[in-house]
Amino acid sequence: MNYHEIIRVSWKSIASNKSRSLLTMLGVIIGVAAVIVMISVSAGTEATIAESIQGLGSNLVFIRSAMTRGGPGQPNQGGLKFDDVAAIRSSIDGINGVTVEQQSSETVKYGNVTLESITIVGSTPDYADVRDLEIDTGRMFNDQEQDRASKVVVLGASIAQELFGNADPIGETITVGTTKLAVIGVMKEKGLVSGTDFDELIYTPISVVFKKFTPSMFARFMGDSVRMIYVSVKDEANMDDVIGQIELLLAKRHNVTLDSADFTIETQDDIIATRASTTASFRTLLAWVAGVSLVVGGIGIMNIMLVSVTERTREIGLRQAIGATPKDIQIQFLSEAMMLSLMGGLLGVLVGVGGSILFGQLSGMRTVIMAYSIFISFGSAAVVGIFFGYFPANKAAQLDPIIALRHD
Amino acid sequence: MSEDLIPIIETINLSKIYGSEDDDTRVAALDGVSVKIMPGEFVAIMGPSGSGKSTLMNILACLDRPTDGQYILHGEDVSNLTRTELAIIRNQRLGFVFQSFNLLPRMTALENVMLPMMYQRENRLPEHQREEKAAAALEMVGLGHRLHHLPKQLSGGQEQRVAIARALVNDPLLILADEPTGNLDSRSSKEIMELLRSLNERGRTIVMVTHEPTIGHSTKRIVQIRDGKIEFDRLNGRIDLSDEQRFEYSHLADPEESPAEETEKPQPVEAAARVEAAEANQAEPQKKTVKKRRSK
Repeated sequence: MNYHEIIRVSWKSIASNKSRSLLTMLGVIIGVAAVIVMISVSAGTEATIAESIQGLGSNLVFIRSAMTRGGPGQPNQGGLKFDDVAAIRSSIDGINGVTVEQQSSETVKYGNVTLESITIVGSTPDYADVRDLEIDTGRMFNDQEQDRASKVVVLGASIAQELFGNADPIGETITVGTTKLAVIGVMKEKGLVSGTDFDELIYTPISVVFKKFTPSMFARFMGDSVRMIYVSVKDEANMDDVIGQIELLLAKRHNVTLDSADFTIETQDDIIATRASTTASFRTLLAWVAGVSLVVGGIGIMNIMLVSVTERTREIGLRQAIGATPKDIQIQFLSEAMMLSLMGGLLGVLVGVGGSILFGQLSGMRTVIMAYSIFISFGSAAVVGIFFGYFPANKAAQLDPIIALRHD
Repeated sequence: MSEDLIPIIETINLSKIYGSEDDDTRVAALDGVSVKIMPGEFVAIMGPSGSGKSTLMNILACLDRPTDGQYILHGEDVSNLTRTELAIIRNQRLGFVFQSFNLLPRMTALENVMLPMMYQRENRLPEHQREEKAAAALEMVGLGHRLHHLPKQLSGGQEQRVAIARALVNDPLLILADEPTGNLDSRSSKEIMELLRSLNERGRTIVMVTHEPTIGHSTKRIVQIRDGKIEFDRLNGRIDLSDEQRFEYSHLADPEESPAEETEKPQPVEAAARVEAAEANQAEPQKKTVKKRRSK
């Protein structure tokens, strides 16, 4: 028998029992589809995380304060100070900008519109650059306004829309808490990044926040401490080199050693890697679960092939009598099992790809169909077919033609 | 001509023993069977059930191997071949006709007949030539108009014709038929026997197992098996032989010396059973005669 004939004979046998063949394939179909969907969902989640971290700004280094709490009535010791921002900006090479933020929540009023619990971000003029924000109309506050704590504000896109509708907000004055602030600019839409809707924020110089919006108790304990400093590193600069410079500078300024530093430095890649390793192990787990269902599918094929060998014992005997060698019989049944699993695999890929897309649309979760998941699952289906087809095929090949011919 | 003188089948002391030597249930299904079948013969292997005739048939059909003794198929000792080698021999040299036809139910008559060609290892024909050859074989058995019928759309007799066409299609050395009329009514049986006889007349060597005396008696030679041994092996006296055929059968008993009732005129079918009974009674002396003649 040549390959063409083997395939034709197998196809005929599968096609002659369509519903059973389809049910047999179902296990493999579900297994393959599950692998693809699982991987696409976790890859989608991973991509979303990576994107949201990238969305924080380009090439960011995060410096976090690590304060030691003071005793009762004592200010906390160490940590980042607002002055560190200026120091980094002036003495570190290879950076685009340094920014810092201090937030507060206030009621915002304009005319008869009142918005409750709006987050005010107190920051520095390069905040927009560092965090990848763009000005739509007007301008960002400048260093002078920062130094003088000028009462100016830049609005997030949604806030501007809510307060002013389609009117031009530039030059208007809004009331934030009890303080009147002049609107000098409106941000372009940025949307939700890492859980923060940048369009729902308003931005003022950090000096304004320190002066006007920091509760007095808090101010007394914290002084001009800041929680986090963002440094945007130039694309061409060496990230490790910049981090090294910052570490040395801050250690010197805070008078600490690097071993007992009162700050930690992280890059976006670090954060992405941490998150990715979590999702990767999750994904591995999912893939194993899906893989188990593939094996179950394979056992289903073996089961049906064994039934088929028993049912077709006479046919096997006849084929042997007219000259089929044990090898011929083995190959025929093996190719049937393989064809079942490959067809199941193919249908599984279709169901998996379709299912991923559908799942993405219905659940709102992002799904990314990974090419490797298709190869892996389809390949596993083929291996499953050979592995689980082997035993029934061998059983068929070992049948004694005399007994097989007498079988009824 | 010298090619023709090689026996198609020659067995020497063929034995088939089931069970191991120290086993009480040890059974000798065949016990020293020696038989020689020349080209162009039409032989019936007969015997009661359990006589060992099926075991002999299976060995002759290369489906089974003897425990002891030799089976020489057209000059080639096939007694100790592997399963794969036997499969190739079956494909190239043998054609099978079964009691229950054994057609594959989902294949048309034509596809069933093409099946043995699919397993050919040498001289493989392209698809369309196989179809032509299969169609010609079906034509030969009188089913040229039923090529694309499924087995279930055919009568029993027609099914057996398809099976015979399948047995012929690889142009075998020998056709082995196991109770070919066992599942057929008497009219179809007669037709099938006539078909086999006409194939034999055209030079096919046919060996047939049957327990039906009427069927057995329409062959030229009867090998009667009992308890794993040849009870008698003689020409069927009711068949007229040409001189040439006499030559072919020269290794057997001389028909002239056969007992009187065997040279009787061909009898009506109903009477055959009585003849069979008579023959069975006389089995013992005949066996001796055959043995003596053979040993010469």
